[in-house]
Amino acid sequence: MDFELTDDQVALCDGIRDLCQGRFDIDTVRGLADCGGVDRQLWGELVDTGVFSLVVPEEDGGVGLGWAEAGLVFEQLGRALVPGPLVGTLLAAGVTDDAVVGLIERTDGSALVEYPDVLDALLVLDGDGVWRVDAAELSFELAQSVDPLTPVGRVAELPQGDEVGGGDGWANRAVFLCSALQVGLATGARELAVAYAQERQQFGKPIGQFQAVKHKCADMYSREEVARAALYYASCVLDAPELADEDRAVSGARILAAEAADHNGKDCVQVHGGMGFTWEIDAHLYLKRAWALTPCFGSLDEHAERIAAMV
Amino acid sequence: MDIRFSAEEIAFRDELRDWLGEVLPTLGDPPDRDDWTARREWDMGWQRKLYDAGYAGINWPSEFGGRGSTPTEHLIFLEETTRMGAPYVGMNFVAQLHAGPTLILEATAEQQARHLPAMLKGEEVWCQGFSEPNAGSDLASLSTRAIRDGDHYVVTGQKIWTSFGHVADYCELLVRTDQEAPKHRGITWLICPMDLPGIEVRPITTVAGSSEFCEVFFDEVRIPVENRVGDENDGWRVAMVTFSFERGTAFISELLGTMNQLAEMAELARGIRRNGSTAWDDDEIRREIGHLQAEYDALWALTKRVVSQAQRTGMPGPGGSVFKLYYAEVKKRMADLAHRMLERGALVLAEGGGDEQTGGDMVASRLYVLSLSIAAGTSEIQRNIIGERILGLPKER
Repeated sequence: MDFELTDDQVALCDGIRDLCQGRFDIDTVRGLADCGGVDRQLWGELVDTGVFSLVVPEEDGGVGLGWAEAGLVFEQLGRALVPGPLVGTLLAAGVTDDAVVGLIERTDGSALVEYPDVLDALLVLDGDGVWRVDAAELSFELAQSVDPLTPVGRVAELPQGDEVGGGDGWANRAVFLCSALQVGLATGARELAVAYAQERQQFGKPIGQFQAVKHKCADMYSREEVARAALYYASCVLDAPELADEDRAVSGARILAAEAADHNGKDCVQVHGGMGFTWEIDAHLYLKRAWALTPCFGSLDEHAERIAAMV
Repeated sequence: MDIRFSAEEIAFRDELRDWLGEVLPTLGDPPDRDDWTARREWDMGWQRKLYDAGYAGINWPSEFGGRGSTPTEHLIFLEETTRMGAPYVGMNFVAQLHAGPTLILEATAEQQARHLPAMLKGEEVWCQGFSEPNAGSDLASLSTRAIRDGDHYVVTGQKIWTSFGHVADYCELLVRTDQEAPKHRGITWLICPMDLPGIEVRPITTVAGSSEFCEVFFDEVRIPVENRVGDENDGWRVAMVTFSFERGTAFISELLGTMNQLAEMAELARGIRRNGSTAWDDDEIRREIGHLQAEYDALWALTKRVVSQAQRTGMPGPGGSVFKLYYAEVKKRMADLAHRMLERGALVLAEGGGDEQTGGDMVASRLYVLSLSIAAGTSEIQRNIIGERILGLPKER
């Protein structure tokens, strides 16, 4: 057993982090709100780096890595607040040739679709399989999204689309990737809060010296680390399903990652005091993204139920 | 990132399982919580069985009589012994996990030869004389003083939270040998035989009604200078060096025992009748059980990360403090949930007190869990450690 990252995995994380710092600095990320969340040129850099073809086998032109690596990469993307339909585009790789792909679960009646302005296609998952809806067939009305970097369109009637394959395992993988983004968000929010606690002075001291603030930061780190352990475990099970129950591992990661991102987002606002409530400070961006990523393929209650049935 | 055991690790596990399968049915029933003679016999008898089978000192280096296992094998050992219901380390814990490792790293060859084999065979019970009434979280401010008188230190003062003090043969004792030096630099580590004149041990009754903690009073107790481990006034470093021996395995039995307890709770919930259905049909109870399981699974994964870090670097990762902090809160929520399920049944402690640490009596457990955020460094101290050593926040001054 060696549950630590391999040298290659560390190098992969470093590479993606450098890419994010270089190309997706926070001003650039904020600017993407003006173009529907995706700039085709920047998106192309993610494509060229292999972000979306990570788990596609090498013989099919992919990178040929596993879910462990996909999770690590998505963690870094979440930490940098990189927007866009990342989850759908990765899962679509090898299934369609589209460059920017959304993914939702089919529900009765109307549907909310993330990043509607920039999609080439939307994949729709239902009990019968995965269906491709061409962006041209989608008519939607933009809604006011909770997250400025996750624009949302309301689609009155979801077209049936063309079947592109069976849907086995898709929901778990989508949930896993959302969880990875959220562990990254939890990290980003904690880093922002700690940096502020070190520099902000009140009563003649950095506020991070006060236990009320220091202990809040420690709790942020703890829930992030526990969620990360759950995420890594889930990735190992996705890569080797004979090891343990995949549903239980993925649902566990889902619950802990969503809660860590939510709580760390809120704590990040709190540590910033009044400034945390402003648009200018980035704290709200972590919290809003955490919220935008939570209602995806099952509520947290449903995931808790799924685990409870196995206790 | 690989949670699979290697072929060697699987061979180790299978051999252990075979042995446990043979030996456990021969053990008989565990003793009553308050029968200290029988408990000593039980714990030491188990240690002797481990010794005879080659599992004593599993994480001790082989040149000191241990098995020299890797951190992962240690994890497997604790996982298998807990899952199969083997006795817990019990009153051997200070000798096996703290005093023994300290002697290995810091003691003279004579001191090692005198104590290490006896510890491994289950012939010596050790206790820890560190905390004092006025030195808890601020341990280095301890004031039990030792004055040199020829070949002896004359020790006067008081220790507290000394687990198994009333049954112990030896105490790893921190004393102040220099009143003038800064607080960390005037401390000395001594081996104190518990039968010396001037030592009085008084058990403390905890909120859970148990009495494994003691107060120990020292009134001009004469301890030979040859019992000193390390240099005079270097005892703080000697005491701290042991923490590098801890490889993230401290809570494995506890965690796995708790997971068994959660499974028992789920079973119980399915059987508790209320308003024509069962407690299990209550959405909140069922979801909280699922939520707790998710958190325990994550803490088990975190443990494997910490152990893997120890295996690579020889030092456990920072996950130890995170684990302790998080686990204490989750386990308190589980105990509270048990009470919501039991309703008026929660008025009654199970017959005989149950096994408060690893299951059985959920009412007693709700009391026991109060200690989880206090013992071995309070949650507040853990948060300071995380805040300052991991996150780099400034120390309070």
